[in-house]
Amino acid sequence: MRLDLNRTNTLARRRRCLIGVIKYAVLTAVALIWVYPFVWMVSASLKTNNEIFADKLSLIPQAVQWDNYVRAWKNANFSQYFVNTIHITFFTVVIVLIVTMMMGYALGRFRFPGKRAVMGVIAASMFIPMGFNLIPVFRLIKNMGLMNSRWGVILAQVGSLNVVFVMMFASSFAQIPRELHEAALIDGCGFLRIFLQIMVPLSKPIIGSVVIMQTIWSWSEFLLPLVLTLNSASLRTLAVGLYSLKGEIMLDWTGLAAGAAIALLPIIVVFVFLQKYFVDGISGAVKG
Amino acid sequence: MTGKIPKRHRREAAWCYAFMLPAIVLFLLFQGWPIVASAYYSLFDWSGIGENFKYVGLENYLGVLKDSYFWSALKNNYYFTVCVVPLQMIIGLIFAVVLNEGNDRLCNAYRTVYFLPVVTTAAVIGIILSFLFSFDGPVTYLLSSLGLCDPGHGWLADASTAMNTVVVIYVWKNVGVSMVYWLAGLQSISRDLYEAAKIDGCGSFKRFRYITAPLLLPIGAVIFLLNIISSLKLFDLVKTLTDGGPFFKTDVIALYIYRYAFSSTMGVPRLGYASSAAMVFGAITIVIALIVSGAAGAVKKLTQV
Repeated sequence: MRLDLNRTNTLARRRRCLIGVIKYAVLTAVALIWVYPFVWMVSASLKTNNEIFADKLSLIPQAVQWDNYVRAWKNANFSQYFVNTIHITFFTVVIVLIVTMMMGYALGRFRFPGKRAVMGVIAASMFIPMGFNLIPVFRLIKNMGLMNSRWGVILAQVGSLNVVFVMMFASSFAQIPRELHEAALIDGCGFLRIFLQIMVPLSKPIIGSVVIMQTIWSWSEFLLPLVLTLNSASLRTLAVGLYSLKGEIMLDWTGLAAGAAIALLPIIVVFVFLQKYFVDGISGAVKG
Repeated sequence: MTGKIPKRHRREAAWCYAFMLPAIVLFLLFQGWPIVASAYYSLFDWSGIGENFKYVGLENYLGVLKDSYFWSALKNNYYFTVCVVPLQMIIGLIFAVVLNEGNDRLCNAYRTVYFLPVVTTAAVIGIILSFLFSFDGPVTYLLSSLGLCDPGHGWLADASTAMNTVVVIYVWKNVGVSMVYWLAGLQSISRDLYEAAKIDGCGSFKRFRYITAPLLLPIGAVIFLLNIISSLKLFDLVKTLTDGGPFFKTDVIALYIYRYAFSSTMGVPRLGYASSAAMVFGAITIVIALIVSGAAGAVKKLTQV
């Protein structure tokens, strides 16, 4: 009896081991396919144009060509695009953070007349499809005199306010215990002070998630900067810059690859180091 | 509320409104007013430059509804959505289920890798992949060496494969989001249920079918809705991959609107016409969204444990 059990256990263990090996082999193969475009991009950026066409599948350059990066950075103006993207992303994130945090706080912790109406409108806004606000926003920015300026793009991006962030803050603030609030009130703290000195420090994880999510979204914005900085080469973001570059140097793929690398690598690095916050943020948002 | 509102509550309400003011102003300016403005613009023939602002009533709408390119773009949008949403949900679910158990650090690494394309700029990805999938790019080279396609096949330039290639690329780029959503749902299922099932002798498939699947339905409905909404906003990726080509085979409504409003390929920009196209598309989308959301809400209620 005992011997039989042992044999079954070993067989079961061997089977589980085999399944494990197969599972990880498949996962790894898929992972390699998944990152192939990025690896190709980096490798192409370090090759010459002839190399890419001559040896299509090799990922290792014969001789590392930094020249592509120099050309993208200097001649193609990517240094300027880089600065623009950072500037726009930074201010968009800061403003969105402050605005959504304040709104989420009011919605999450207090009852006030008209609250239901506000929440209804917010929920409805999630359904507004893309086409609606592009042209009027374009006109609005133009009328404000902010056309062809970084602040125009920043304002437009902030305005496509992500309702998700408001919800995230609202549900996070709602969970802070009332006692904390009452104690502070008894100590004589006013509304603003309670917010700044107690509530904000307590919501650091959500702040982290919102900052990262908005950073990643802003960095990758394409349509708004495209429309709003159509004719100003010096104001383009990295994405728009690469797009216009492709129009100019259509077959210089190594140059384009270098430009693409400059556009993508920073955000990839940021993500890899901070992915926990980003993923937590998304999971939290969908659960709410 | 009967009687006077106590002073403290009034001050609190005032503070609340002050805190909400920036968000509300921004919302009204950039999302509220544009809806009204879009409707208004759609009644005019307007190039946006100069003073040619001519009232044309419903002429723009008639023009849109009669334009076969509008309908073909609409058809492409819906074909795209119908292909992309199930693929994302199923593949995302498979990834999530496989990565939910097992070694945490290793699974985190895989999760990061599968999620990576999500955070990258769609426009840049489009440019890179437009080369990778071109007739003399590595993908065709590899597949033709393996005998799986003709040498020199341009995946994005060939009318019969262009849209499906866009579908594949979009799924590659975005399935990580569905995966993360499913993972969130899976992790909210109590382990005790699985323990009890194991003791009762249930195998993995049975456990999935009778415990996991029913409990995932509510979040599945949300994921379904979010996926649909995202897929309808397709612009960046397809603009840089094919710009609607070849011959409008991958044209989508967002591209159509952009073309008429901001580019010079159709002659003088026609903001009014583009606005009416946006209105028509928006109306159809809202109707579909309401239907799907109603169904999703019903599923959520019926399956809530």
